[in-house]
Amino acid sequence: MKNTVLKSLAVGIAALGIALLGAASASAQATLEAVKKRDKLLCGIPMPSAGFGAPDSKGVVQGFDADICRALSSAIFGDPGKVDFVHLNPNVRFEAVQSGEVDLLSRYATVTFSRDASLGLDFSPILFYDGQGLMVSAKLGVKSAMELKGASVCVLPGTTTIQNLTDYFRAKNIKFEAVVVENGDEWRRAFFAGRCDAITSDLSDLASVRAVANNPADFVVLPETISKEPTAATVRQGDANWRDIVTWVSYGLIAAEEAGINQANVDTFLTSEDPEIQRMLGVTGDLGKMLGLDNKWLYNAIKQVGNYEDIFDRTIGPKTPLGLSRGENQLWTKGGLLYAPPFR
Amino acid sequence: MAELDVFDKPVALSEAWRVPKDGAVRRYFGTPANAAITLLCMIALFLIGKVAFAWLFVDAVWSGGPEACKIGEGACWPFFGDKLRFMLFGYFPYDEHWRPLSALLLFVGMCGLSMVPRMWSARLLLLWVAALVVCYLVMTGGFAGMTAVPTTKWGGLPLSFMLSFVGLTCAFPLGILLALGRTSNLPAIRVISIVFIEFMRGVPLISVLFMASVMLPLFMPGGMSVATLLRAQVAVILFAAAYVAETVRGGLQSLPSGQFEAAQAMGLHYWLMMRLVILPQAIKAMIPALVSTCINFFQDTTLVTIIGLLDFLTTVRGAMRDPNWQGIAVLEGYLFAAAVYCLFSAIMSAYSRFLERRFRAGHD
Repeated sequence: MKNTVLKSLAVGIAALGIALLGAASASAQATLEAVKKRDKLLCGIPMPSAGFGAPDSKGVVQGFDADICRALSSAIFGDPGKVDFVHLNPNVRFEAVQSGEVDLLSRYATVTFSRDASLGLDFSPILFYDGQGLMVSAKLGVKSAMELKGASVCVLPGTTTIQNLTDYFRAKNIKFEAVVVENGDEWRRAFFAGRCDAITSDLSDLASVRAVANNPADFVVLPETISKEPTAATVRQGDANWRDIVTWVSYGLIAAEEAGINQANVDTFLTSEDPEIQRMLGVTGDLGKMLGLDNKWLYNAIKQVGNYEDIFDRTIGPKTPLGLSRGENQLWTKGGLLYAPPFR
Repeated sequence: MAELDVFDKPVALSEAWRVPKDGAVRRYFGTPANAAITLLCMIALFLIGKVAFAWLFVDAVWSGGPEACKIGEGACWPFFGDKLRFMLFGYFPYDEHWRPLSALLLFVGMCGLSMVPRMWSARLLLLWVAALVVCYLVMTGGFAGMTAVPTTKWGGLPLSFMLSFVGLTCAFPLGILLALGRTSNLPAIRVISIVFIEFMRGVPLISVLFMASVMLPLFMPGGMSVATLLRAQVAVILFAAAYVAETVRGGLQSLPSGQFEAAQAMGLHYWLMMRLVILPQAIKAMIPALVSTCINFFQDTTLVTIIGLLDFLTTVRGAMRDPNWQGIAVLEGYLFAAAVYCLFSAIMSAYSRFLERRFRAGHD
């Protein structure tokens, strides 16, 4: 609760600040130039979070969110290493974008109407479809959230999680008891120790909770998704060119997967006869120039970082400890929601 | 039996036992109630010690990776082998960890040196300035083959130390000035001091950090930016100064007014009176309170995680978020963090007791 109050306070004050600085934020345009001049991309990512952005043993950030920024760095500089990652607390992430402390938030925020309309922010295409779900112990034999009458549910404070849960169950007229646990590690332990019947969070979180259980098969994720949590990259409003770059690098990673171009085989596609692939990889046409980038922008991103599938499989996919399946984050041609407009 | 006489040791041992008999033994076993309490505590300590020992060493996992730890029952030492460096130094470039390490050692060494009363002199102050400059240069780099490392990549223990101890060191003189200002006869200075102190004490540290990290950049002219770390450092200094000021004021008020009057009667002007008569006595009286402030701020620096700085506790948590280790070494990580904070806090409070004894001895 306290976090929510703080957050809304901070957002309110920030909105005031932006109103006061209307003229100044107009001069905050030309992010691309600032990035090139700095020779570094400043990329906002969550506080360390497994699979999305956490340090490895050498202190290098690994994860889905990190790789999105690396792809962007490749597209801009032809080098995935020119990124400085900034861990941001959820309470300050939007202000960090507004004040120019970071150039973008990489897939860190759920796209919502009010954020887009009132915070002076813009969003890239959806990069990861998440949703709030519920997980229970298999021993309970519960098959659906409808059967959770009177159940206790472990939740984390400070996000919209409790709100979503309350809304959902109220609409279905089901009584439940929320057990609020302050810290992620305790929250997991509380559930494993049987202090609550169910645990709720974004499905990607639940997958990682399940992954660390002694026996993951003891736990089942219920089929209901009780809220939509589409996440995307966030940029400052008012710099159309920068937004286009972030948007089309995002689309490019998806389109590459659809065209079958991946990190391993991208060079073989340089001789492709397909005119769209030629344009994407900068063999013909001037797509990169139109964005203010090198024509090899997307080729570099795919070659150095990989397409959407490469990134997903490397960081959060079935073969990683998180073990997420593609689900909605599958190409539209395979029954998912990822869809990129044509490159022409 | 005869052989026993050959050895002095049993005799010496029983002698050794006899000495504290009227001291420790009587204190712990003097009455049946005391003896029972002592025994109970010893049993409890033994049981805790046994569990801790088994967990730490006997059942511990010494080699292998996350999988071995997942199966094993005891402490997971490979976690530290893999993650210790990140926990200590955060995102500082891996190959140059000797830099934060040497800065940290220099800093701790200087702290140790300053704890010895014989070393207290103006020269020590100069040495401190030099040491801090060296620490800063070693951390920043950009010369002599050291790559330049921006403050955004600083983290872990050096960052926690810097925020808390540099913060307190700077806050201390500022706090004394504020306390003097608050008790001053000059209305303007008094009002400014009161407003500052009451404002800082009236808001939580988190809000001050928020203001420094979120609001400040929005009001700065375009293109100008001050590193988050510096902003946090200034926020900590200002915040700590208000608390130090109130502690010092308490110390000033504890002195009988005769001290002020006597000093004035001797013809000392304000600053000399304060420096020679009042502050030395006041500070002596405030040592426990000041050390509490120090310990508080050392632990409060963990709040900077809210503005995205990676203090020691956050780097420990970050290490636990590696997908390979997630959920496996939770207890180990938190215990390690607790042990480090506990160690430094214990050193501080032990030192405060030493200072109290020393000054009381000087006083009598």
